[in-house]
Amino acid sequence: MAATPKTEDHSKQEIKYSTCYMCACRCGIKVTIEDNQVRFIQGNRNHPINKGVLCAKGSAGIMKQCSPARLHNPLMRKPGTERGAGEFVEISWEEALDMLTKRLEHIRATDPNKLAFFTGRDQMQALSRLWAQQFGTLNWSAHGGFCSVNMAAAGLYTLGFAFWEFGDPDWDRTKYFMLWGVAEDHNSNPMKIGIEKLKSRGGKFVGINPARTGYQAVADEWVPIRPGTDAMLALSMIHVLLSRELFDWDFLIRYTNSAFLVVQSPGEKGDGLIYRDANDQPLVWDLKKEAFVSGMDAESHPALFGEHRTPDGRTVKTVMTLLAERYLDKRFSPEVASEICGIPASTIERLALEMAHVAFKETIEIDVEWTDWAGRKHNKFIGRPVSMHAMRGVSAHSNGFQAARAIHLLQILLGTIDCPGGFRAKAPYPRPVPPPGKPAHHSAPNTPLDANPLGFPKAPEDLVIDAEGRPLRIDKAYSWEAPIANHGLMHMVITNAVNGDPYPIDTLIFFMANMAWNSSMNTANIQDMLRAKGEDGEYKIPFLVVADAFHSETVHFADLVLPDTTYLERYDAISLLDRPISEPDAVCDSIRHPLLELDRNVRPWQEVLIELGARLKLPVFTNEDGTPKYEGYKDFIIRYERYPGVGFLAGWRGKDGSKSLRGEPNPKQWDKYIENQGFFQHHLPMSQRYFRFGNKEYLEFAKEAGFNYTADPIVIELYSESIQRFRLAGLGLYDGPQPKDPVDQERLATYFDPLPDFYEPLEQQRIDKKEYPFFAVNQRPMMMYHSWDSQNAWLRQIIAQNYLYMNRAKGESLGICDEDWVWVESHNGKIRVQVRLIEGCQEDTVWTWNGIGKQSGTWGLKPEAPEATKGFLMNHLISELLPEKQGERRLTNSDPITGQAAWYDLMVKVTKAAPGETGVWPTFSNVMPLPGASPKPDVLRYSTRPEA
Amino acid sequence: MRLGLVIDLDTCVGCHACATACKEWNASSITAPLTDYDPYGQEPSGVWFNRVRHYEVGEYPNNKTINFPMSCMHCENAECVTVCPTGASYKRPEDGIVLVDQDKCMGCNYCSWACPYGARELDHESGTMKKCTLCVDRIYDQELPVEERQPACVLACPAHARLFGDLDDAESTVSRTVRDRGGYALMPELNYNPTNQYLPPRVRPAIATNDLARPSLARKVKEWVNRVVER
Repeated sequence: MAATPKTEDHSKQEIKYSTCYMCACRCGIKVTIEDNQVRFIQGNRNHPINKGVLCAKGSAGIMKQCSPARLHNPLMRKPGTERGAGEFVEISWEEALDMLTKRLEHIRATDPNKLAFFTGRDQMQALSRLWAQQFGTLNWSAHGGFCSVNMAAAGLYTLGFAFWEFGDPDWDRTKYFMLWGVAEDHNSNPMKIGIEKLKSRGGKFVGINPARTGYQAVADEWVPIRPGTDAMLALSMIHVLLSRELFDWDFLIRYTNSAFLVVQSPGEKGDGLIYRDANDQPLVWDLKKEAFVSGMDAESHPALFGEHRTPDGRTVKTVMTLLAERYLDKRFSPEVASEICGIPASTIERLALEMAHVAFKETIEIDVEWTDWAGRKHNKFIGRPVSMHAMRGVSAHSNGFQAARAIHLLQILLGTIDCPGGFRAKAPYPRPVPPPGKPAHHSAPNTPLDANPLGFPKAPEDLVIDAEGRPLRIDKAYSWEAPIANHGLMHMVITNAVNGDPYPIDTLIFFMANMAWNSSMNTANIQDMLRAKGEDGEYKIPFLVVADAFHSETVHFADLVLPDTTYLERYDAISLLDRPISEPDAVCDSIRHPLLELDRNVRPWQEVLIELGARLKLPVFTNEDGTPKYEGYKDFIIRYERYPGVGFLAGWRGKDGSKSLRGEPNPKQWDKYIENQGFFQHHLPMSQRYFRFGNKEYLEFAKEAGFNYTADPIVIELYSESIQRFRLAGLGLYDGPQPKDPVDQERLATYFDPLPDFYEPLEQQRIDKKEYPFFAVNQRPMMMYHSWDSQNAWLRQIIAQNYLYMNRAKGESLGICDEDWVWVESHNGKIRVQVRLIEGCQEDTVWTWNGIGKQSGTWGLKPEAPEATKGFLMNHLISELLPEKQGERRLTNSDPITGQAAWYDLMVKVTKAAPGETGVWPTFSNVMPLPGASPKPDVLRYSTRPEA
Repeated sequence: MRLGLVIDLDTCVGCHACATACKEWNASSITAPLTDYDPYGQEPSGVWFNRVRHYEVGEYPNNKTINFPMSCMHCENAECVTVCPTGASYKRPEDGIVLVDQDKCMGCNYCSWACPYGARELDHESGTMKKCTLCVDRIYDQELPVEERQPACVLACPAHARLFGDLDDAESTVSRTVRDRGGYALMPELNYNPTNQYLPPRVRPAIATNDLARPSLARKVKEWVNRVVER
């Protein structure tokens, strides 16, 4: 074969294994390196997440590594220049950290809450949260408040696990997969692998989404739903199931609170709470004994339906009775739902019945002996192979918590929770419903918080408010405005801090969060707020610190820039204490380690945090003699223990590395991870893989591993008593804190429904829908999901401009042609953008790709880049506050339960721009290059191959 | 032997993983580099061997989105080879892979005009024509683990929508899959006899629902008769 070209010379190559971070999926990568340059990044075929495959972002990691947007040195806003003018001077790390330490020392000694520390797509939240807790500020959270807290909270307040990181469809067995509100999302590669498995088995894939893009392209059935109406669709399917008695009796009685009795005493204290005995055990009606018995008694025979009188004369009904009374009502009939969702009634009914058929007529069984929570042996797991996944299209609405709860309710009635073929938990989940841990309340000078800044309120007592009911956190999380804001409200921080409401702050630290651009609602106004000064001439946010690896729009507004490394240059722990990468069958964690030598004066942010912790003498990071406790991040990860034997990494623990999950620190732990391709997995024995909420062997294992405090069974909550306690507070019927403002009272009474219901999203209730007839939503393209990499030289060749996508027939009826420029206007503002007409768009919806539009000059792009001249953000149209209402204080535009940013509630009108009106509007001033920035080549010829 | 790709349109989600993996491998491969023009400017473009097109078929709400990856089809009657005036373009007799000898190519573009699939890419910097090599330097590299001796696009594809193999061998996985799934070649009427094949979307049968309980028109909660189930 003389013509065969020469294969590669591998003699100078090194192969190293690590973890991708081009998005939050965290796939295993096998990286070929030649002369400190990346030759090839491929998927690691042994890795539990991606099993060898890799997405477009992963393969484009090379271009991230050579991006001209990379920061090179710590920067300080040039003295005498204004914030946002973009003039910086380079300073040394010593100067930068001295300056910051001095400032933070003063804050910590006086009022630690004057520091607000918010992190974006941070995957080391366990460390940044620990740091904030040690500093003593309540004002910490990550970005979940504008991402998916509705999804996480709904799952944790219902099932004890949730979509994405806490649960996955059983891809190897499911026969019917329903995807809600997901274009391309968490988790990226596993979902593609799974959809292919499902389809090659002949299973059905249904995509519920206003746009037929992303995964919807290969859906066997596309259901174009009106945005924000998912709860109604789910509840109407429940109506269909109930009307035919199609639900899993055994599952409901054994594993859920469906048979628990609920007190019915409207207008009185205690109404809607679970009827309990003197030991606080929930009571059920026993069919054999014909008496009230503990619902936790394994030998009881609880009635699923029924109404009874208690000895003290109160009426009680089972949860299932309440549920059936609610959802059998005509307002949930497919005919009514059809009007709301825009989906034919016959389709709603058919989808519900298809799932019932698969769940109940195509049952699968796995012959394995296992033991339930009460110690009873069973010889098989029974699987109902219907599974679901949902994400931002459901969660980013102000009714998203209840919508996600409604989807879970549908899954529960079908008995498809953590069973073969169903929706399965991933360790350390499931956890108790809701998980233990209350948010910290009390902040004091030079003192760590006595709890984590974030937690899971079960009652109004758990709110983070003062004696007058005022919020204690800058983002007003855990106040009456957002009582179970489990991820904080990052989208409110700048607005609240600038308004001094509830109080002004001194220093704001953002890590990896583009809050001056696509991660904020109301972007242009937010930029103005960052520049705003008080009457004293000082900035209303006095000091803004930004830690990032790249030149984002937010870097532009920083007073101090702390440059981070890339994912190929540092150590990272992807920890079970944080956002785990476990799979349903295996407990997993993983690491990154430096594959390339640093070529810039940058430091990993986690190293900076640990050094700052020691400089500030935060107890965890400091020896008793005041010296630093850890040499750095690597040492910290090895030696820090949250509980005895439980640290950030679960693999190769114990002095000799022989223990898993729990064991003494192992000084060689990093080496073991690197030897083992960067990940650890503990495979669960078959008997522990299903029904884990009620699987004794698993529950005992989870306790031993430190996942849960007890091995008690986890009861799935169809009916949320926690939510009802807040409702009672709103109704003035609660023995404990109650809101004084009628606005809060009304919101609690209306939206804190212990059974999920549908309500129109809050902003839409206040908008003239004749004036603004279109729903407007954002999605992410697959090759840029988590699109902080839009500057990527390869990926931007695939897409460098976003359009406003619109239903073709609808557009034509408005006289709009493909590629016309149009004005898109909301109650909050207007933008001029270019249109594309497509078939794959629900008629009342317009949408775009988010995060493509950039401010001119940022992200290493030239000013004429289409991202800045043609690309746009929908964010300008979205207000972080609800439209004003007379007699009401300004309220956040968020879910009233969780504080999730409601950025998909937007409604707009679309009108054709006048002739000659072209180009994107608004435009923003060009950002100057940073000192020391790399040049932007006109031609790029990246190659590790020596010139022939 | 006739090596080629089989692409599954039933599972291709249009994620561009194949295109980017190809770009990445070939940036440092036998026709390296694959030049990018204006990579941070107004009209970013570059040399790619594999591009994914997106189409819609049908009208709302019965429309479908088709993602369509296209690269060199390694045609049996490769017109691009016939028209090449310098002999730079050639088809390997042993496996059917069509390649361009970079030392002989003068960048005249004839092959590009001859190719109906748009598979050829002129690198303006090197002045030579470049194209999909089926990762000939991977598939025969004895130093790579056996399971990795596949084109980069096939290794990467998260939906396993790309298969690589010998389409001359009737019993190979690719040949059997093409038979079972009704695979087809693009534009057969041109008689180029492309090696690469496409698998059409599956048609799945309706799910029976007539085996389920009928609704009770008068269903009221109170009518439910409890079943005895042990907690």
